[in-house]
Amino acid sequence: MSSGKTFKLDGKAISFEEGDTIMDAALRAGEYIPHLCHNPEFKPHGSCRVCVVDVNGHSMSACTRPAEQDIDVDNSSDAIMDLRRSLLQMLFVEGNHICPACEKSGACQLQAVAYYTRMLSPRFTHFFPRRSIDASHPDIVFYFNRCILCGLCERASRDVDGKNVFSISGRGINSKLVFNSPSGKLGDSELSVTDKAVSVCPVGALLPKHQGYEKPIGKRLYDTKPISVVGDAALYQSVNRSSKSSESNE
Amino acid sequence: MTSELETAEHPKGLKRTVIEPLTRVEGHGKVTLLQDEKQNIKQARLHISEFRGFEKFIQGRPYWELPVLVQRLCGICPVSHHLAAAKATDMIVGAAELTPTAEKIRRLMHFGQTLQSHALHFFHLCSPDLLFGFDDEVRHRNIVGVIEDEPEIAKQGVLLRKYGQEVIRVTAGKRIHGTGAIPGGINKSLSKDEIKYLKRDIGQVIEWAQQAVELVKRIFFEHYDYHMSFASIDSNMLSVIRNDGAFEIYHGGLRARDEKGNTIFDHIDYSCYGDYIREGVKNWSYMKFPFITSLGQENGWYRVGPLARVNNCDFFPTPLAERQRREFTGTAEGRTVQSTLAYHWARLIELLHCSESIAELLNDSDLYGNELLNKGELQCCGTGVIEAPRGTLFHHYEINDDGIVKKANLIVSTTNNNQAMNESIRKVASQYLDGNQLSEALLNQVEVAVRAYDPCLSCATHAMGKMPLQINLVNDKGELLDRLEKRASGEINRTV
Ligand code: SF4
Repeated sequence: MSSGKTFKLDGKAISFEEGDTIMDAALRAGEYIPHLCHNPEFKPHGSCRVCVVDVNGHSMSACTRPAEQDIDVDNSSDAIMDLRRSLLQMLFVEGNHICPACEKSGACQLQAVAYYTRMLSPRFTHFFPRRSIDASHPDIVFYFNRCILCGLCERASRDVDGKNVFSISGRGINSKLVFNSPSGKLGDSELSVTDKAVSVCPVGALLPKHQGYEKPIGKRLYDTKPISVVGDAALYQSVNRSSKSSESNE
Repeated sequence: MTSELETAEHPKGLKRTVIEPLTRVEGHGKVTLLQDEKQNIKQARLHISEFRGFEKFIQGRPYWELPVLVQRLCGICPVSHHLAAAKATDMIVGAAELTPTAEKIRRLMHFGQTLQSHALHFFHLCSPDLLFGFDDEVRHRNIVGVIEDEPEIAKQGVLLRKYGQEVIRVTAGKRIHGTGAIPGGINKSLSKDEIKYLKRDIGQVIEWAQQAVELVKRIFFEHYDYHMSFASIDSNMLSVIRNDGAFEIYHGGLRARDEKGNTIFDHIDYSCYGDYIREGVKNWSYMKFPFITSLGQENGWYRVGPLARVNNCDFFPTPLAERQRREFTGTAEGRTVQSTLAYHWARLIELLHCSESIAELLNDSDLYGNELLNKGELQCCGTGVIEAPRGTLFHHYEINDDGIVKKANLIVSTTNNNQAMNESIRKVASQYLDGNQLSEALLNQVEVAVRAYDPCLSCATHAMGKMPLQINLVNDKGELLDRLEKRASGEINRTV
């Protein structure tokens, strides 16, 4: 099965198949490369850049860079971690992330990656944008403050649910998530609570309604183990959802 | 009943004294005193610059976030806001009743919170005044002085508080800003190990709580007449009460009594609080002045907190606290106890009751039950009322069809006591201010009066941190005659 091809990740040999990205091969080998907009179930997006690695002296996103025989990939040097911290610090100031009041706190990938990269404080001036909450849907609520524009809900809705409910509009700093509905409100879209799109949000932007802090402190996803061991939030969100629906089926 | 010292008839020709932020009272308080040329007090007002931003801030948030969100109102008693919001959102999610496990865990959390807050209030903030006297040197009259002179008392204070904080941590997940109570119930029950852990020290806690009551009584009776009269005022009393008239801090109806002990209203469903209590506004203060509607603003103001609760209840359901209550009310000779410094005495009786109640609850197997949540049909509004350590606390929310808060009203304990604190300061000022020079004694007396009610104006002002104290004495021409400054370090300087 093995193609016999390998590259070096922090000096360790990682085998890969034709068509693999560095991220694909690393994840398969059980090696963690921090990421936010990547989810192996969907086409790579390469937008958050948190998976930045150094390949033979060049900074590249591991989720889009094809694996290549004998390349040397730096995934953990201080310089790489510093770059990732800067990217995360920009994400934190660009929205309003008030973690202590956020339902996702403790199970949030942005927070967990920030801990993993040892981001201990903000560095840039906060933008404090004025952003709203869309609670028009009966089962789902969207917090624009916490959206990091990873595009995962957009990809899931389009590629799995076949609905195209989400889209990123605008450019650069003016980009924002929009909903495909006559009123522009989430409640008027075709989104349903069982859609794949609802279970892939890595942060606290897209959440089920009427639920707050039902999981106690100490029992949350990243409360006791780091994200490098636990893995992506989406893995558990879909497990939760399917176990919920199977519970209600019983 | 409102003192004539609230508004002078001819304020123009009067001399103005300003006492700037009270030390050891978190938040920003300022006292202004106006004198006539004969140096009589003509006007005395406590200004608390209440920032009503929190009600505005809550607007637009989903209701299910509220129990966690509102804790940020106060660093000293976040659990009270947590539970008041949880109770209001219980109504919103249509949970008419909680499961026994949820109700008991919340009660346990609240007892822990009241225990730690009362220990902080008495031992850390007020015991230096009471143990050393109000005229003791400022450098010495603080918790460090207590640690040096009375190490055993200081140690008990610290450990009582720590025990209360541990009860909070176990029930809410964290010592501060936990998440235990959620709309319709709680998110975790207790494990047998957690119960065992809390049981380990509860016997010692009850013993210390008994000693604390004895200590405050000894202090009170040593200078009985002084304690009975200092900042003493006649007021109505408001509190929550259990169905059978028992002392209650988590859930019950509203009871109000006048200074003679006559009932004004009783067992009122608190979701109708708006029919019984109004919030008055005065043009000289940002903070509201609540009053009992049927008595009007002039006579309807009231006191809340330990003094009101112990006066209002017919009995304590725990034996040690009940014995202490009888002795306490015995001093009133058929009326209600109106001494402002008796707040401390009542506070420690409550502390004893909390420790007895925790011991009782820890033997209840419902604490490790699995039924945590109850939900029904979504309602458009909810009211949660709880007895916070410093007094009755109201949270009232209205939500829209999407579950977003469109209106919020909070009446915090400090606001409920606003008029009463003003009245107590007037009493103190007219007794102790004379001459053209400000005295340190006056500054201390004013602080001691306010601290009997409240060490933290922060829940009303939403400001944190201690600030230096300043008194300005200004004559009728606006000239500064004297200024006394008290720094955060306790250092006092005359700067004019
Ligand atoms: S989405 Fe994550 S990072 Fe943002 S506020 Fe919520 S927990 Fe914090």
